[in-house]
Amino acid sequence: MKPHHFLICLALALPSLSSCSQQLVRVKPYERGVLAKPVMSETLDPLQKAMTEHAYFSREASFGGGGVGGGGCGCN
Amino acid sequence: MKTIITLLALACSTLLSSADAAKVGQQMPKLSQLLPAATLPNTSGKVVLVDFWASWCGPCKASFPALNRLQAKYAAKGLVIIGIGVDEDAAKYKTFAAKMGATFSLAHDSTHQAASFFSPPTMPSSYLVDRKGVIRHVHSGFQGAKTEAEYVAEIEALLGK
Repeated sequence: MKPHHFLICLALALPSLSSCSQQLVRVKPYERGVLAKPVMSETLDPLQKAMTEHAYFSREASFGGGGVGGGGCGCN
Repeated sequence: MKTIITLLALACSTLLSSADAAKVGQQMPKLSQLLPAATLPNTSGKVVLVDFWASWCGPCKASFPALNRLQAKYAAKGLVIIGIGVDEDAAKYKTFAAKMGATFSLAHDSTHQAASFFSPPTMPSSYLVDRKGVIRHVHSGFQGAKTEAEYVAEIEALLGK
């Protein structure tokens, strides 16, 4: 595809897509009551998450664990 | 090429455009029209602080003691505070309102009529309206003592006018 063809396609696609975006459901800040419920949180049990992460970090130490640091001795 | 650039600019502007929110300098409509079911205090000729809150919002909870202090200090001087609860569940609104012990007026915006007019950018959001009914300050969120100090300065300036 030539560059100007691509631009024309983009120019045609963007207005049509942006008109679609008006139809999307946008949750307003004052409508987030359901999203704020504890059941909607990423982790239901913070303690369980901490323990799982610790086990993963200890086991995967040679790989760098859950962080971005280098490998270790696995003695955490 | 020019047409393409124009089309792209148009598309971007449509993508970025958002719903009209209440802005500084705008005249506030009568709250009794936005909240027909609520019993509201007389706001004519008064400085009004309209605060949007919800029972599920942590900072809203933190803002109540500060709003109570403002009410105690400035109500006699001509400040009216109206806390608009946007909970969909009426029971949660009532429980939260009773628990917080608000000394200022509260109203339930169950149909989100007022919320959709003001379109608060965050929860909580508040609008400080002068004696003529013009929105003078918009507060987005509540940051404890910092926001309270801002409220005090702005309210004193508006009451002095």
